[in-house]
Amino acid sequence: MRRAFVATLFFAALILVWQAAAATGRWSPVLLPSPWSVAEYLWSALRDGTLFSASVVTLKRLLVGYAIGVAIGLPVGLFTSRYEILEDTIGTLALGLQTLPSVCWVPLALLWFGQTEQAMLFVVIMGTVWSVVIATDAGARSIPPIYARAARTMGSSGLDQWVSVILPASLPFLVSGMKQGWAFAWRSLMAAEIYVTILTGFGLGHLLHYGRELNDMDQVIGIMLVIVIIGLLADKILFSPWERFLHRRWGTGIRQ
Amino acid sequence: MAASSQSPAAVPKLSVEGVSKWFRTPRTSVHALENITLSVNEGDFVCLVGPSGCGKSTLLDIAAGLTKPDEGSVLVDGAPIEGPGRNRLVMFQEAALFPWLNVFGNVMFGLKRTPGLSNRERREIAEAHLDLVGLKAFRRAYVHELSGGMKQRVALARALAPDPRVLLMDEPFSSLDAITRDQLYRDFQDIWQDRKQTIVLVTHNVREAICLADRVIVMSSSPGRIRDEFLVSLPRPRDINSPELASYAQKISAALKGYLSKGLAA
Repeated sequence: MRRAFVATLFFAALILVWQAAAATGRWSPVLLPSPWSVAEYLWSALRDGTLFSASVVTLKRLLVGYAIGVAIGLPVGLFTSRYEILEDTIGTLALGLQTLPSVCWVPLALLWFGQTEQAMLFVVIMGTVWSVVIATDAGARSIPPIYARAARTMGSSGLDQWVSVILPASLPFLVSGMKQGWAFAWRSLMAAEIYVTILTGFGLGHLLHYGRELNDMDQVIGIMLVIVIIGLLADKILFSPWERFLHRRWGTGIRQ
Repeated sequence: MAASSQSPAAVPKLSVEGVSKWFRTPRTSVHALENITLSVNEGDFVCLVGPSGCGKSTLLDIAAGLTKPDEGSVLVDGAPIEGPGRNRLVMFQEAALFPWLNVFGNVMFGLKRTPGLSNRERREIAEAHLDLVGLKAFRRAYVHELSGGMKQRVALARALAPDPRVLLMDEPFSSLDAITRDQLYRDFQDIWQDRKQTIVLVTHNVREAICLADRVIVMSSSPGRIRDEFLVSLPRPRDINSPELASYAQKISAALKGYLSKGLAA
């Protein structure tokens, strides 16, 4: 309760500072609109449905791309952590491609797929998969070898060892890999939506882009806020329960 | 020199024959074990004692089948081992309990992989073993909620539950405080007297070895080899603080020091 109060106070103060800066009149309202006018834009966009439909389009792309990226990235990361030959080949490839900013996939995606949903999806998957591989791999490497040794003496080997020991032992790292993947998927999709103008649906990235084209700073800031809020909510809804569960089991992250 | 005093007719439960092991890195090669021969009969409680680095834990790993020897072999009931097996369970220095399972789940881990039991029997055996180590009330607790002594009790229950014929213990008491340890020595002796499993325990604590074992085997380092064997005939249960035990310990410690100084001079 106290923590929620402190957080609310902090953000209220932030908005007040913003309002104060806008009220001084030193900057043109075209460049620095007041919080009130941004709120007005958001309210109108909410009422005429653009905000909702754009969010739905964006989230659909995000979830599909993210799910595919994680479904590929998690097992690949686990395997590269266990087998030297995969580490030297796929692991190195992942490391290289992970350093490539996801915007860099956009030209290639456009040439391959044209102005289509597939292009969008491709950029999101490429932005997600390598970071998930790297995070999962790094995590799975830090599993204490004593777990596998103990399991082997108790008659666990092969597939059973994967399912009963390696997988549960790497759970904390899988979750952090998924979390990192989420952040990367979100970034990639925004980059893709800003650069790829397709007719199959306007996402939040498009709204942001048109805000700039129309010199409408209310829209630009409003959409940025929405993007931040969706990111925060996703973190709280998708990952917090997992993290709480893991902390309870592993006894980690307990504040005194 | 160790094996000949045992009854010759029976096939030993566990025998180590001419085992040597080197650890090679690109720069050096460490001779960890040299020509170790040792045989342990059914129901024997054997302790391997030696300074750290004498290869006693490596020897235990080889007996468990977790490490392959460079020379020689390990036989259980006269048959050479191929790798880890359910008939030889290991209790490690750290409890090595799984944090994703609760106490009951940890004890069930080995049982679930033991064929020929119904799930109901498995649960009953697990309950009985938790009772045996005095942790029945903690069956739903998670590993991080237990003290060091409780963790080792769970590890003991987990190792005993599938009823292995050989129990290999790698300094299981060394990370515990003295009070907890003394209590565990008493409890463990009771349990062992009840079941008479074949046990090989590695320790650097001479008193612990005398308190628990029938035979204390003294090792020296670089390369690790067996130097001497002492039979302990004190009545059980033994009190680690008794004067008889102390005088035994003095004898063995003196022997150990002798090898140590010779080893340093060489």
